[in-house]
Amino acid sequence: MNSAINPLLLVTFFPLVGVLLILLLGSTGKNTARWIALLTSLVTFALSLWLLMQFDSTKGGIQMEINLPWLTLGGNTVGFHLGVDGISILMVLLTALLTPIAILSTWKAVEERVSGFMSFFLLLETGMMGVFLSLDMVLFYIFWEFTLVPMYFLIGLWGSQRRVYAAVKFVLYTMAGSLLMLAGILWVGLTYGGFDLTKLTDSAIPFTAQLWLFGAFGLAFAIKVPMWPLHSWLPDAHTEAPTAGSVILAGVLLKMGAYGFLRFNLPLFPQATLTLAPWMAGLAVIGILYGAIVAFRQKDVKRLVAYSSISHLGFVVLGTFALTAQGVQGAILQMVNHGLSTGALFLIVGMLYERRHTRLMADFGGLWRVTPLLGSLTLVTVLSSVGLPGLNGFVGEFTILMGAFHSTILASPWFAVVATLGVILAAVYLLHMFQQVFLGPVRHPENEKLADLSPREVILLAPLLLLAFWIGLYPAPFFRLMSPAVEQLLALIQTVVQTAH
Amino acid sequence: MESGQIFNLVPWVVFLPVIGLVVNLLLGRRLGEVFSGVVASLASGLTFVVAVLLAAALASAPNARVVSPWEWISIGELTVRWAFRVDTLSVVMMLAVSLVGTLIHIYSIGYMHSDVRHNGDPGRYTRFFVFMNLFIASMMLLVSADNFLMMFVGWEGVGLCSYLLIGFWYEKGKNGIGNAEAAKKAFITNRIGDFGLLIALFLIFGYFGTLQFDEVFRQAASVAAAHPGAMLLITLAMLLGVSGKSAQIPLFVWLPDAMAGPTPVSALIHAATMVTAGVYLVARSTAFYSVVPVAQTVVMWVGALTALLAATIALGQYDIKKVLAYSTISQLGFMVAAVGMGAMVAGMFHLVTHAFFKGLLFLSAGSVIQGMERGMHGGDDSAEFDPQDMRNMGGLRKKMPLTFWVYLIGGLALSGIAPLAGFFSKDEILGAAYTGHNAVFVLLVLTAFLTAFYMGRQLVMVFFGKPLSAAAEHASESPRVMTIPLVILALLSLLGGALNLPGVHTLEHWLAHTLGEVKPAEFIWLVAGLSFLLALLGLGLAWLIYTRREQKSGADDPLKKPLGALYTGMERKWWVDEFYQALILNPYKAFAQFIAEPVDLGIIDRVGGGLAAGMRALAEGLRQLENGYVRSYALWMVVGLLAIMMFLFLR
Amino acid sequence: MFPVIYPIILAVILFSLGVAGVLLRKNAIVILMSLELMFNAANLVFITFANYHQNLDGQVFIIFIMVTAAAEVAVGLALIVNIFRAKKTISIDEMHSLKG
Repeated sequence: MNSAINPLLLVTFFPLVGVLLILLLGSTGKNTARWIALLTSLVTFALSLWLLMQFDSTKGGIQMEINLPWLTLGGNTVGFHLGVDGISILMVLLTALLTPIAILSTWKAVEERVSGFMSFFLLLETGMMGVFLSLDMVLFYIFWEFTLVPMYFLIGLWGSQRRVYAAVKFVLYTMAGSLLMLAGILWVGLTYGGFDLTKLTDSAIPFTAQLWLFGAFGLAFAIKVPMWPLHSWLPDAHTEAPTAGSVILAGVLLKMGAYGFLRFNLPLFPQATLTLAPWMAGLAVIGILYGAIVAFRQKDVKRLVAYSSISHLGFVVLGTFALTAQGVQGAILQMVNHGLSTGALFLIVGMLYERRHTRLMADFGGLWRVTPLLGSLTLVTVLSSVGLPGLNGFVGEFTILMGAFHSTILASPWFAVVATLGVILAAVYLLHMFQQVFLGPVRHPENEKLADLSPREVILLAPLLLLAFWIGLYPAPFFRLMSPAVEQLLALIQTVVQTAH
Repeated sequence: MESGQIFNLVPWVVFLPVIGLVVNLLLGRRLGEVFSGVVASLASGLTFVVAVLLAAALASAPNARVVSPWEWISIGELTVRWAFRVDTLSVVMMLAVSLVGTLIHIYSIGYMHSDVRHNGDPGRYTRFFVFMNLFIASMMLLVSADNFLMMFVGWEGVGLCSYLLIGFWYEKGKNGIGNAEAAKKAFITNRIGDFGLLIALFLIFGYFGTLQFDEVFRQAASVAAAHPGAMLLITLAMLLGVSGKSAQIPLFVWLPDAMAGPTPVSALIHAATMVTAGVYLVARSTAFYSVVPVAQTVVMWVGALTALLAATIALGQYDIKKVLAYSTISQLGFMVAAVGMGAMVAGMFHLVTHAFFKGLLFLSAGSVIQGMERGMHGGDDSAEFDPQDMRNMGGLRKKMPLTFWVYLIGGLALSGIAPLAGFFSKDEILGAAYTGHNAVFVLLVLTAFLTAFYMGRQLVMVFFGKPLSAAAEHASESPRVMTIPLVILALLSLLGGALNLPGVHTLEHWLAHTLGEVKPAEFIWLVAGLSFLLALLGLGLAWLIYTRREQKSGADDPLKKPLGALYTGMERKWWVDEFYQALILNPYKAFAQFIAEPVDLGIIDRVGGGLAAGMRALAEGLRQLENGYVRSYALWMVVGLLAIMMFLFLR
Repeated sequence: MFPVIYPIILAVILFSLGVAGVLLRKNAIVILMSLELMFNAANLVFITFANYHQNLDGQVFIIFIMVTAAAEVAVGLALIVNIFRAKKTISIDEMHSLKG
């Protein structure tokens, strides 16, 4: 590494520069804080692209590693250990992309305590980056818990009516899981040779211990994803959070759970993974159908989108535990896809809310004629979420289902067959939503005069939709980026399969 | 240009319409109606030119070519490319789609001009052509794909266009939402079919290790020998997809509702092209079906039963477009039955001729409807007046002479009157059924008779007798931009039979390069004579019955009294919609409601809340210990101390 | 040298008296004095064993304890004086505003 500063450090901590500036200058006005936050997050995005350029996609291992001894715990060193590989780089890019978009979406929506809001948002970005880049379990845990704090305040201070309830629920659910994860981390770290992930993957943990540890880590991640039946914090948190919060929550925070499975459960506890994969896949399939069915009966658009997340993330978990190249790569791509399309859907719900101050579908209807641009862009977003071929969602879902169908570890095509029903149900609830809001005649006179999208709002949606088309039509670069890392991961699982026989 | 290079043009069959739609998207609204219409028609027309060039190149070198410019998905063994295939089968589809498509585009320039005004939103003109070009692009993607997955892209893409165009007037229809509901119904029904297709794709990849056509079909026989059950599953799952897209039993219910779209849409998508995709799929997968006789039989029966069922329903409809819609389902049934019998060429032949005459019929129906609408503006009919109801028509022969003549040609071709296109293609199917499938033959012959009868009924009700409403009284002929495509289509319907004349078999030899040598369909005089006679009989009977009916607006059908309950069944579409509503839709809604409220909010959400409540109760209990008296705290300390000491001593 | 057990028994008696005083008396000053009694019981044990082991550590500890106890008495008495000013009583039965 020739450059003086490790790019990972820059990407992770640059947002804090923005926080400092806001603290120093924030009192000068709302717009100062907004611009500082936006520019900071844009620079972070640029830095993440710079990171991408330095990333060698032909290699499978960890790159741009930085490892500083930090403190000692029970005789083992806890390192300040960051690194990026083919799995995390996409998450870093997604985070860096969604943060400026989310910040820009608050331009008109957040008018109170703007500098506080922006500071929390940038802190959140640092936390998320840290989660995806940490290679030390203690460090990971610290970043993992750290993201809770800003999100708690974002929901609790800037949310809608039941915000405090939702914020507390969000924190308690997550904490319940992550405490077990902490216990798991300590167990692994103190018993099986330290907290450094890169070294741990070689150490053999006895099977029974693997099962318990899989449970401890898995619970934390399953709550975050969220997997059925641990999802009930999600609809409340999403519904009450401000738009930008929902975008980040759906776009990135949920991915932390799915990422955790890939980063911890699969490589550290491979035998337990093999044993439990069908159960996890089963829960994922239930989640796919359950989310889709419940979403269909929602009256609030935002709740509908929230339940759709449960369904979509079910695909991610299914692909992960298919443990085939198609399944896992599809799952990672689907994480990105969900970030893009559900992020865009939340932005759209926010735009509707800003115009009408209601989220009930019954209060809308016929908006396509009043706001043709919003209608058309919503349609594209909905279709990407439905999984229409040619758009991003299809590539992810298809590869996941293909992977699950032929998975030798799940050993039954039924997981994929039942999950494919979710594709039908997705069309049912999303088209239902589109129809309720945009089709039919204008039933409420106050909807007659709604303004169409402003240029700022188009800028918010445009990058997400362009990426949706790109991934749909030419996903090869994305798959290339992740494939060496995924192959390495699966090779590890494969050796376990062979030794088991 | 060398012929080898001509094949490299094939991606343009998709790009050209995409360019057209992008131009319209960016500039269409600014530059006005004529610009939009011309750009879109030009895009479609150039596509036709490319298709002709490809066909010409193929004529001299008929082997399949694959142009595979880009990688698409590549993970592990799963490699799928964007690959375009030029062979005799795909080119036939390209030609038919782009030719009929272009004519319909041109027709739409005139049709939509008045349609957007009649419906009160002229701004939507450009959008129509954007969607139409998107459709052409998707359909071309479907037919030019070289692997199952890319075909699936087109397959769902045309479904999307169908959704968009059925819901084109999304604020109209029953309760203002009827059209949007119809669009949603079409999309979701198709998705159910696509579910089957997806499963078939997974299975194909599992047993063949690839999705590329040539490689898959090459192995078909060996895989069928090794895993007969798997092949049966693949073909049946595919059939589910076919029945969704091509409106067969049990998924045909969406097509009649799809008539909510503007008439050119009904002509292009819901009659001539998209709905035939299922037939194309089976023809493309000949190698599969030919090795699974059971699946073939199922396909054949599905087609034949659909043909008959839809024909009976067509008899009981009053909406001019609904009659044609059920007729389309019925004719699709013919094609599906044909490909099920292994008569792939006959199926494809009927597909092409049907595209001509059914496209013609729909477009003429559009002309009739607009004639009626023009009459409405002149007359004094109320807002509830339905210009599509045949009971309000009558006598239009004199008001719209050109439309009448082309409609007559289309109707006769559909009825199977020699020497029009429909006669030859239908006869080939009947001939194939006659040699070996007696029961199906009887069904199809009966259907052919009913077809002639309901077409006769429609012709009489619309064009003969006296005008039954003021609108019909004041109806007038459509403009040139609409009638010229009609005339061209009428010519094609007249002469389309020449494509595969008995004894010459041009299409048969052409397709043999792709489908393999099939024994040329025999021309059986008995069958041809029988079907011709039955067609004449049907038309004549209809003439006798309907010219003598009570000529009054909204009068009951003369068959209603003699047929009784049977006719009510036809009128009410055999209650299939109601059946699905009661058996699937309502239970799903109730189930979803049950999951959403009692289960999700009632049980799952309460578990978390319950834990919280338990904690609170525990805290309430422990709180009692904190009574504020120093002395009791001290006592507890002593107790604790003693406990620890006891533990240490007794350990 | 007398047997170690004698001062230990004395310390136990003193400690028990202190505990009983804390638990049974109402007067805050008396409770404070009972606490001192317990401290001194502990001190006695410390010094006994320091002597027994011929080790100065125990003796050092008592000095600490005595200083702490003195500081504690000062703080405790100050609190009691303030409580008396506020409540006109030093009976601990009257003081339970920390009740949960």
